[in-house]
Amino acid sequence: MSTLSTAAEILEQEFLIVRAKLLETAAAFDRLDRAEGSVAADPRWQKLHQALEVLAASDPNRAEQLQLLFSLPYDARWREKFGISQNGKAIRP
Amino acid sequence: MYYIDPHIHMVSRTTDDYESLAKMGCVAVSEPAFWAGFDRGSVDGFRDYFRQLTEFEQRRSGWYGISHFTWLCINAKEAENVRLSREVIAMIPEFLDKPGVLGIGEIGLNKNTKNEAIIFLEHVDLAVRTGEQILIHTPHLEDKYPGTRMILDMLTGDSRLDRGRVLVDHVEEHTIRHVLEAGFWAGMTLYPVSKCTPQRAADMVEMYGPERLLVNSAGDWGPSKPSAVPDFILELRKRGHPESLIRRVVLENPMTFFSQSRGFNFTPPDAIEAPA
Repeated sequence: MSTLSTAAEILEQEFLIVRAKLLETAAAFDRLDRAEGSVAADPRWQKLHQALEVLAASDPNRAEQLQLLFSLPYDARWREKFGISQNGKAIRP
Repeated sequence: MYYIDPHIHMVSRTTDDYESLAKMGCVAVSEPAFWAGFDRGSVDGFRDYFRQLTEFEQRRSGWYGISHFTWLCINAKEAENVRLSREVIAMIPEFLDKPGVLGIGEIGLNKNTKNEAIIFLEHVDLAVRTGEQILIHTPHLEDKYPGTRMILDMLTGDSRLDRGRVLVDHVEEHTIRHVLEAGFWAGMTLYPVSKCTPQRAADMVEMYGPERLLVNSAGDWGPSKPSAVPDFILELRKRGHPESLIRRVVLENPMTFFSQSRGFNFTPPDAIEAPA
């Protein structure tokens, strides 16, 4: 299954909506600039800037990439760290 | 169009919401047990909550022709209290044969801690031993990805589980593929800010197809919109998708999944109206 509309039709439908969302983002960035103090060292601010780079790229899965950017990492060895056995049996805390 | 909201917390909503949902075409709701905004202090607090879920809410929904189904558990947010959690898990079987009970849920992880994982595994064990279906909550925001992966590790590590009887809820763009590829059902939750919008949910239907995919409002006591499923229906219509596809996602898929529970006794109104 795929999108039924053409790219031109989607742009027609989405242009004003996306424009408005980008303006909201720009205004929020401006608001931060106008405010006293700096958030330049805040990791969340850095994530937002990385997110802009994801948006500017041409990859087809930007939404998934943004989700992963804003996610904590997955550690495949979490069971060992927690002392929970592989067969699903819990070790009593 | 008739639809089922497969995940909504009506104990937090008003009777007027039931009326609005009925007017919008909602014919059934499924209500998982959850965190009510405060930690409950005793197993008797949960016993009263389960009575509300299995007795009162069915009566209240019935005033508007909506069938009410429910799931029982102690949620992940209260699972840090392991002793209380075990008392609740031991009490749950008292309610499993009540009408409208679909299984164990919404169990899951919240901050992805050891205690949450232990209580999750003990809920899964209860579900397997009692033959119940499972409905799973995946964590919020930055915890969702690692938490969903941990949940899938635990589920796929239990060879006794029938994956077609497990619904992993609150999937988003970075978790849906993992859930579907592992053979589980996936639920998309429509929230105003966090989780998923109707537009992004429609995108995921277009990308992954309607197979084993549900959509819900998860309406609760926080910022949420109990009528979000009709918003999703409208979005698919605006994109030109056929009514058959929409009906499959919002009515037939929930019925197919829930029909695997002995507590699911439901016939959609249009089936009742059909000539014999």
